[in-house]
Amino acid sequence: MQSSNPKKTDARASGLYIHVPFCASKCPYCDFFSIASADMIAAWCASVCRELDLYRERFERFETVYFGGGTPSLLSAQQLGSLMEHVRTRVRIATDAECTIEVNPDDLSSEKARALRDPGFNRLSIGVQSFDDLLLKFLQRRHTARQARDAFEHAAAAGFENISLDLMYGLPEQDWQAELAQAISLQPGHVSCYQLTIKPGTAFFSMQQEGRLQAASEETLAQLFLLTDSLLAEAGYDHYEVSNYAREPGCEARHNSRYWQHRPYLGLGPAAHSFDGEKRWWNIDSVPDYCSLISSGSLPVAGSEILTPDQLRLERLMLGLRTSRGVAREDVGAGGSTLAQLEREGLITLHSGRIAPTPRGMLFADRLPLLLEDGVADNSAV
Amino acid sequence: MHHIRNFSIIAHIDHGKSTLADRLIQHAGLISARDFHDQLLDSMDIEQERGITIKSQTVALPYTGTDGQQYVLNLIDTPGHVDFSYEVSRALASCEGVLLLVDAAQGVEAQTLANLYAAMDHNLEIIPVINKIDLPAADIERVKEEIEIELGLDSSGALLCSAKAGIGIDEVFEAVVKRLPAPKGDPAAPLSALIFDANYDQFRGTVVSCRVFNGSLKAGDTIRFMSNGACYRVEEVGVYRIKLEKRASLSAGEVGYIIAGIKTVSDTRVGDTITLDSNPAAEPLSGFKEPKSMVFSSVYPIAADDYPDLVEALEKYKLNDAALNYQKDSSAALGQGFRCGFLGLLHLEIVQERMEREYDQAIIMTAPSVQYKFLLKNGTELTIENPQYYPDPTAIDTAFEPYVRISIIIPERYMGAVMKLCTERRGSNSRFTYPSTGRIEVNFDMPLAEIIYDFYDRLKTITQGYGSFDYEYLDHRPGDLVKVDMMVNHEKVDALSFISHRDNARARGLQYCERLKEEIPRQMFKIIIQGAIGGSIIARSTINPFRKDVTAKCYGGDITRKRKLLEKQKKGKERMKMVGNVQIPQKAFVAILKSEKD
Repeated sequence: MQSSNPKKTDARASGLYIHVPFCASKCPYCDFFSIASADMIAAWCASVCRELDLYRERFERFETVYFGGGTPSLLSAQQLGSLMEHVRTRVRIATDAECTIEVNPDDLSSEKARALRDPGFNRLSIGVQSFDDLLLKFLQRRHTARQARDAFEHAAAAGFENISLDLMYGLPEQDWQAELAQAISLQPGHVSCYQLTIKPGTAFFSMQQEGRLQAASEETLAQLFLLTDSLLAEAGYDHYEVSNYAREPGCEARHNSRYWQHRPYLGLGPAAHSFDGEKRWWNIDSVPDYCSLISSGSLPVAGSEILTPDQLRLERLMLGLRTSRGVAREDVGAGGSTLAQLEREGLITLHSGRIAPTPRGMLFADRLPLLLEDGVADNSAV
Repeated sequence: MHHIRNFSIIAHIDHGKSTLADRLIQHAGLISARDFHDQLLDSMDIEQERGITIKSQTVALPYTGTDGQQYVLNLIDTPGHVDFSYEVSRALASCEGVLLLVDAAQGVEAQTLANLYAAMDHNLEIIPVINKIDLPAADIERVKEEIEIELGLDSSGALLCSAKAGIGIDEVFEAVVKRLPAPKGDPAAPLSALIFDANYDQFRGTVVSCRVFNGSLKAGDTIRFMSNGACYRVEEVGVYRIKLEKRASLSAGEVGYIIAGIKTVSDTRVGDTITLDSNPAAEPLSGFKEPKSMVFSSVYPIAADDYPDLVEALEKYKLNDAALNYQKDSSAALGQGFRCGFLGLLHLEIVQERMEREYDQAIIMTAPSVQYKFLLKNGTELTIENPQYYPDPTAIDTAFEPYVRISIIIPERYMGAVMKLCTERRGSNSRFTYPSTGRIEVNFDMPLAEIIYDFYDRLKTITQGYGSFDYEYLDHRPGDLVKVDMMVNHEKVDALSFISHRDNARARGLQYCERLKEEIPRQMFKIIIQGAIGGSIIARSTINPFRKDVTAKCYGGDITRKRKLLEKQKKGKERMKMVGNVQIPQKAFVAILKSEKD
């Protein structure tokens, strides 16, 4: 039931994230950095290649590659191909590397799906979001439920064995159980189920401020979370992270798991974050500024921090407690009585030197680090 | 002595007292315009923020009169709140006259009148001064009429000035010289000097402010405090000219300071008389009173580790505040701390704020209490000021609570509302007098416990700020008292328990339950708050647990922001006290202090 990779891991290898900051249109719930214009794609491609070169000395081996966005599938197969080729010539990508690309259903024709195989992508994350056409309209997506199912079939037909579907719940008047059943019927290897979160700076946020959109109640969201867990468990999916489910061992998102396991990653592209095990830095969130900094030979870094041992430990707790793998007992300051109480309450399990949240415990993943962090919290548990 | 004048400025809040004082100091050339910053006399941040004076300060202003003579005008500042009315009375006792300041736009207000009475009690010469005459809304004629009718003073002699704009300041100086009497006294008689203030100086020890009535003193003299007979050798005497300025001696009629190796201000008592050990005065000056703690509360560090720091901070604080009393205390819920006695609720708040700001102490103060007395069935008497020590109810023969005589002066139109408030708060034995047309003075006997919660706030609200309020202790009277225990998740929190009159216990218990519900953040489990008398629950509220606390997404770009949020919550947690399994924020312990919502 653990998501740790059974394959031999290379301690010095990293994950490579490439942020593709282009979208055909902005979705009202999304607060990731992107621009609704394709004008700068060529300049961005060149800059990303150069940025990788600037890091060659510090990052040379990668076990995972992840194209996220934005909408990476807006790029042509040829653009993606030359990017991947550049990556492979400059740094070493493990032979069994997980190479993921996020795709929108409306971009994934059968030709595109086949074309994505050539550059070496072996995992697709399809932004389905919903199987209900009304809700897809509400989310201002550019595809229909039918297109979503087709996209999955195209991907499967093109030979992708590792396909993930992104879904959203907590939407107004949503029949979540029915939507989840549709997802399960496709038998994807991986599902991500995100509850709708209304974030500042998004169109939904303004709508909420104006009273035109009401978020689901905490109680409803908690129930939907547990319902999701049990329905997917019945269908054989392992709930290995707050919002992520894998159908069989080996189907977990290896790249994303690096984040939760606090392992190094290099992020390229505007607004991308990087972490080398001690230091974290992030790029400027502007495509023109990013490109011009790169062309002047500078790193496009907007900020950085060097983490203290305490901060590293807090992050390990914060991230680890989101996953069924949990955290090492030695990272937990809280005493035995707190742990025993949390275990009695069914929020955590203790085994083989690790402390892991139960699915119900995951509902409190942001609170558990505070409870488990130090001795002061000893009697603050349930 | 003919060239000395001793005076105070008295005014309703915001009528410009501090501004006028500053202007006089500046005008006297004691400080250059460059070094000048507003409101010199209110030097503590908290005084400037609240616009009130806590520690009075004094300044000797040199002035050359139009008659060509050199004068020294001693301006004695007075604290501005009911908790400090005794300090005010001692400052006024040191003066021969006052400037009664009235705002040219606002006119005569409640405190103007109360202040006038205080000055009249001391037989002081009163000069009305109309300030802020440069305001567009100034209505000098109307204000003069109010001075005539409402204050009963001759308005023809009222001075017109604007302290802010510097208008009419010369006239103020001249009036002080011409219209206030010079002090009287016999420099050759045995020394009698009145202590009206004391301040602690880190390097010099206690600096005693006094007014010499008879005799004189100089460095080297041995002085005696007449209330307790303590003797000290005088190291230095001098006058206040913003800074301390050394003088060879102080003699009858003068105002100045004494430094005499006195370690803390608690060794001096405001109102006490200083005389010479070798040639003592026959009688002390009249009017001495021991400072009396009226309100009690316990102080605890938020983190038990900080107890030694709290001890040190309190010791330092006490050096400069003789009115604060404290002794060791402990609570099952909050650990080691101190039980403190205060002059009143404002005094308590000031101590709390200064401990946090100036001494950087994160403290918890418990709900304030008054001093109760009990006659037990076995004949013994018991005095407590901490609900924790409430005796076994079955052993009590009679319980007594402190009563005060309150005095409220209000415009007549607020009469109904004030009567209602006072009756609700168990006021009795009411009396009314009409000090001037349109104004009424209301007197009630009232349990002190009724006024320490939010009485003054309520009064201000219902009288729109026009109510002046004063009280003095009467005696302890029998009352039907009960102790209400507060419980959080069935665990008794001793620091939250309180004593109440039986009739009010349920209402106050409910109010406290609701308050705690607002102050205690939701946690992962249900929190039940209950108020109980003995074994029976009289009030209850519930804080529902949160059902989830998790964000849907956490990838590479989210980690820093999320960690920072956690760090912030961690910091917040440090300001919480664990009681059983519930985190109670610091402010919840004094929540009951806060005024009810209207």
